[in-house]
Amino acid sequence: MTTTNPPAAVVPPLQKKSTAAGRVRQKLSSRVATVIAIVIALFWTIPTFGLLISSFRPANDIKTTGWWTFFSDPQLTLENYNEVLFGGSASSGQLAGYFINSLVITIPAVLFPMAICSLAAYALAWIDFKGRDWVYIMIFALQIVPLQMALVPLLRFFSQGTEIFGIQLTPAWGLSDTGLFIQVWFAHTCFALPFGVYLLHNFISELPRDIMEAARVDGANHPKIFRSIVLPLITPALASYGIFQFLWVWNDLLVALIFASGGGRDTQPMTVRLAELAGTRGNEWQRLTSGAFVSMVVPLIVFLSLQRYFVRGLLAGSVKG
Amino acid sequence: MAVISGPRQAIAVASALGLVLTAAACGGGGDDDNAAATGDCSVYDAYKHEGTEVSMYASIRDTEADLLEQSWAEFTECTGITIKYEGSGEFEAQLQVRVDGGNAPDIAFIPQPGLIARFAEAGKLKAVGAETKTMAEANYSADWLKYATVGGQLYGAPFGSNVKSFVWYSPKTFTEKGYKVPTTWDELIALSDQIAAAGEKPWCAGIESGDATGWPATDWIEDLMLRTQTPEVYDQWVNHEIPFNDPKVAEAVDKAGSILKNDKYVNGGFGDSKSISTTAFQEGGLPILEGKCALHRQASFYANQWPEGTKVAEDGDVYAFYFPAVDAAGGKPILGAGEFTVAFTDRPEVQAVQTYLASGEHANARGKLGNWVSANKKLDINNVQNPIDKLSVGILQDSTTVFRFDGSDLMPASVGAGTFWKGMVDWINGKDTASTLTYIEGSWPK
Amino acid sequence: MNFDLADHADKFLMLGGGLIAFVVLVGGLLLVLDVIPTKLAERRTVRLAAAVEAGTPIKAGRSREGWLALGFLLPAVLLLAIGLIFPAIRTTLLSFRNKDSSEWAGFDNYTWMFAQPDIRQVLFNTLIWVLVVPTLATAIGLLYAIMVDKARGEAVAKALIFLPMAISFVGASIIWKFVYAYRSGDQEQIGLLNQIVVWLGGEPQQWLLEQGYKLNTLLLIVILIWIQAGFAMVILSAAIKAIPAEIVEAARIDGTNAWQMFWRVTLPAIRPAVIVVVITITIGTLKVFDIVRTMTNGNYETSVIANEMYNQSFRYGETGHGSALAVFLFVLVIPIVIFQIRNIRKQRSEA
Repeated sequence: MTTTNPPAAVVPPLQKKSTAAGRVRQKLSSRVATVIAIVIALFWTIPTFGLLISSFRPANDIKTTGWWTFFSDPQLTLENYNEVLFGGSASSGQLAGYFINSLVITIPAVLFPMAICSLAAYALAWIDFKGRDWVYIMIFALQIVPLQMALVPLLRFFSQGTEIFGIQLTPAWGLSDTGLFIQVWFAHTCFALPFGVYLLHNFISELPRDIMEAARVDGANHPKIFRSIVLPLITPALASYGIFQFLWVWNDLLVALIFASGGGRDTQPMTVRLAELAGTRGNEWQRLTSGAFVSMVVPLIVFLSLQRYFVRGLLAGSVKG
Repeated sequence: MAVISGPRQAIAVASALGLVLTAAACGGGGDDDNAAATGDCSVYDAYKHEGTEVSMYASIRDTEADLLEQSWAEFTECTGITIKYEGSGEFEAQLQVRVDGGNAPDIAFIPQPGLIARFAEAGKLKAVGAETKTMAEANYSADWLKYATVGGQLYGAPFGSNVKSFVWYSPKTFTEKGYKVPTTWDELIALSDQIAAAGEKPWCAGIESGDATGWPATDWIEDLMLRTQTPEVYDQWVNHEIPFNDPKVAEAVDKAGSILKNDKYVNGGFGDSKSISTTAFQEGGLPILEGKCALHRQASFYANQWPEGTKVAEDGDVYAFYFPAVDAAGGKPILGAGEFTVAFTDRPEVQAVQTYLASGEHANARGKLGNWVSANKKLDINNVQNPIDKLSVGILQDSTTVFRFDGSDLMPASVGAGTFWKGMVDWINGKDTASTLTYIEGSWPK
Repeated sequence: MNFDLADHADKFLMLGGGLIAFVVLVGGLLLVLDVIPTKLAERRTVRLAAAVEAGTPIKAGRSREGWLALGFLLPAVLLLAIGLIFPAIRTTLLSFRNKDSSEWAGFDNYTWMFAQPDIRQVLFNTLIWVLVVPTLATAIGLLYAIMVDKARGEAVAKALIFLPMAISFVGASIIWKFVYAYRSGDQEQIGLLNQIVVWLGGEPQQWLLEQGYKLNTLLLIVILIWIQAGFAMVILSAAIKAIPAEIVEAARIDGTNAWQMFWRVTLPAIRPAVIVVVITITIGTLKVFDIVRTMTNGNYETSVIANEMYNQSFRYGETGHGSALAVFLFVLVIPIVIFQIRNIRKQRSEA
């Protein structure tokens, strides 16, 4: 990325807590800022709020009247939640099992890309080797490959192995039941890389050259610099990447349908189950209102608990470096 | 729930006695307790394949999938074949990906003969085994079998079906207002005019269906093709032996338009005729319950869309009558659809399952659980549960019925699930018949 | 609810296995990268000493860095090759083959694509999406990030904008159904937008049918902005927090006003982050298909390339057509790639 200004974190931190944005906000007169922020927040939340109200309304009301009529004629029911959480189909079982599947799928599918992307991004930013810019550009450009076009070849890679000119390069994986989790982790990790490398490369390449060079002079090699200097410094970037990858995997339906569905209730994540809740012809779609909120709880917890890592920022990290 | 509590209790008792029971071992010959709890295993002797597993993939899901699994529970226990069933709303697209990716299920229920032909021609499907063939030929009419026949080979047996030529109405309202159920096209129009004259909109419809928006309108056209033309012309149209913009097709489309694009007739409870395209098909007929609309043409499976507590019966809140023929002399044309069980592998246990699913035993077992229509000749109408299903099965088994399969499922998918849908949406929104049909004709794959 | 955790032991076993694999693979890789170069360095020192003694010239050590870089990049490159590079090549090849990929078709799929009467429509729509979504989503995200920075209740305020990202797509499509739904004037509205129109004394509109000024496309675009603004806000907020306080102090002492502060301090400092956000949203927008698919399925002249691609490949069995459309997407990203190349050149020449 272009840096016409001095790299952000060169200067050692002061104790002051003020930030540029804080200044802008204060100077703009706090009141105007508050009003603008509230307007945006309202505009962003009202549709979701409507869904929340709807999720507590009886099925027939949802389908015939607007959710705001709730205020003039409050009709509350927990039926939608009851069906999503405990009821539904006898053969597919209760949501708790799917919830566990979602967790089992998501945790490794977030950790692997975070590690692999930060390693690659570091190499592309700070190890001097021939053609690194081209490798970087290529990985960047791979972001455009539509996921859908990669599903069939990847599925073949698992189910039949790789074969070139009649020579079997890799065997078929022959996974089944809970083994299918490996497929999903693998697929999600592949698809996560271009964006992850791009995002983290931008942060890592912005790190001050002086710190790196000082470390090299002290005799630290690349793995050591990566572990003890780079990782702590890019915590906010890692945290934001982790969140997006988490959301992507948690809410993914497409990849799960192909790679995790074969194991039925042993491997299907919540999204797959929720999509089925509407019934064969979508006649029970009101259940999806509560389903959406049930599946939203975990991402929100993750976001709120990772908040402090954003706030800590690059500066807090550089003290250690 | 009550139905499956039997075997579960049996398993619980057995476990308490220290017996280790696995799903595969359940069907073991010496396991008399289990057999006694569920019925006689001897009928399944021919299908026995201990310790095997068959994977199955279809678009049927949730509660309907439960009923399916219950329907073959006894079969799996007695034969030792474990059936791994999976249902998905993305079935058609996902099946294509899985087959291309070398990960096809053993058996799939495909509702589109066009898709069966595509997989068969690509060499992905296995032709049915001799036993399945005998079973299918014994239980289904040639009309049905021809939809799963590609190049002289039978690739699947029919399974569940539905009847599309129904008009939903409220018997209660009809009695209150003194309307008579129409039995001819002219009576139907007369009734519509009568209701319209009273300042109400007689018809309601909805063709919005997410990424399948438009399909209910194509059903209208197909039904009208069968009513304004001979079944032979219908076949020519579906097989593209006459162009899509043939005057005969235009005649049928205009006939449908005389209702669907007539602002005096539609769209009760929703607005003008354009509102049809943004009204969800699931909700399309609901205004009947509020008396805002009197007539809604939709398939038998619309019975599931009515809110809980609605009585679906000839003397109930809602019911359906046969969508009458324009020319009664041409017989009783019926538009319907259904799925076919096709196999991607030919292991003996797969063929056994395929044969069983075509049998009268399964049709009746499934029928008793309710919410099921099939053209299986062995299906005893007394085993069919709800009135609308009974009516449907009666029509399907009636030998005077002229049955035709949903045309959009027979056409190439790029038309039948693409430009035909899209064209009908534009048509509802005001595009004229001629240019709509020319657009669809131009998209037919060469 | 009879839920027994023991029933799920298998899954936790898999999870445990996955986590162990993670530690072993990543830790092992770092260890190998750490140990081997150290060993090599030792040997090199020995060789170096020997060379100095013998008086032979010493070779530069750049190739060693190259091997090290390979070690860092290996997992990423391997996975990318399997998961994306090979599929991209395959797609390109398939775009020159017929519908079931059984025969060569030359440029037929491409001529088909441009002969389509709708394709210009689709291209134009994609262009609108790509121009509007990144601009507005970034602007709103940035504005909001500044407004709530250091404000009371910042965490909650941010969570509100972030909310749409946390909602599954199924949920989001229902949310917007409740916004755009239409019932005629004499009926009770279930769509919020039309209810507001009615409250204001107007006639309810068929929003998704309104093609004038591309209104329906713009209304679909609103959905993506609604989702993506949270992304912009999170990244930009992190960048804002990283601006060194003393730069701000210095500017304050110089007496800059809020407006100048934004343009001279904030924006230049977070420029790299803004570029990341704009590029990422642009690429995401090029690939958008599920919003269009679930809301209109491309009807009423709202279709975009990715939606056509999905339908052709997976629903119509026209693999050739679908692949050609995908390749067309690859082509559309070229300007962004060129921009990126220029950026990196500039960066290197400055370093």
